[in-house]
Amino acid sequence: MDKLESIQDLLDRVPHQRALGFRIVTFGPEEIIGFVPYDERLVGNPLTGVPHGGVVTTLLDTIGGIAVWARLERFLAMATLDLRIDYLRPSTPGADVYGRVECYKLTRNVAFTRGTAFNESPADPIAAMTATYMLNTASERRSPETPPDDADPR
Amino acid sequence: MPTPDDLHPGLVRLIEQARRTGNYDPVTDAIPYAKFMGIHVTSEGGHALTCMRYAAHLIGNPMLPALHGGTLGALLEHAAIFELLSEPEVVRIPKTINLTVEYLRSGRPRDTFARADITKHGRRVANVLIRAWQEDPGRPIAAGHAHFLLRAPPTEPAE
Repeated sequence: MDKLESIQDLLDRVPHQRALGFRIVTFGPEEIIGFVPYDERLVGNPLTGVPHGGVVTTLLDTIGGIAVWARLERFLAMATLDLRIDYLRPSTPGADVYGRVECYKLTRNVAFTRGTAFNESPADPIAAMTATYMLNTASERRSPETPPDDADPR
Repeated sequence: MPTPDDLHPGLVRLIEQARRTGNYDPVTDAIPYAKFMGIHVTSEGGHALTCMRYAAHLIGNPMLPALHGGTLGALLEHAAIFELLSEPEVVRIPKTINLTVEYLRSGRPRDTFARADITKHGRRVANVLIRAWQEDPGRPIAAGHAHFLLRAPPTEPAE
């Protein structure tokens, strides 16, 4: 099983990813690309057939988390601190919604990401996102021991 | 000239009806994604209380388990839009310009509520603050702020 398949396998165990039909197509430290196939259940505007903005938010939040893992080169429990979405144009009715996110900075505690959503080409984006993630959140809950501070590559 | 999107006759009629009756189910039933997410809106004193009813397909972390963060973003956006639609002067579906979500606590597998405050209602843009909680409104699980476009500029040429 290659890396892409194992990530997809992991995502398929997440009920909401499964419900959206989320697929990952590129997995690497530079960028992550995934998409949600067009689905009439996800339409926000019944007149135009445009998917709801919530789909775009969820897609980019998901890919942002994967981008952090890719940069860390391991799976670490983390939590989204905040996420900002700018809606640039409506998604094309009938078209899949793609997202591309990079984790451009990693510190001991926090990962910084930025990305876009698009239909055909990232040059014609639907939305722009920035999100930050808090790392090592599981160890805070579980163990009194200090977690290894190897999250910071510096 | 308004585009068909601005008019949205069916939905606008349902919204006007909901304002009178306080029952928003016909509106949320007409929006496939709102239905998919289990969004229900009740009107309290002219303000919208938006609920995302728990369903297993909203889970984003099966280990905890916790709701997917994206679903909370979607709930905040719905809560803001329905609060704006509760205002009599809002006659078209507001368009989200941007939305910032702060995640405060993990969402447990239960119903989640959200309420929005319009901090500024301009002629073209509204600024909205939103808060989501589960059991205790004093312990929010997510908060957010958003900008909405209420109408196109008056000089916009027809397509």
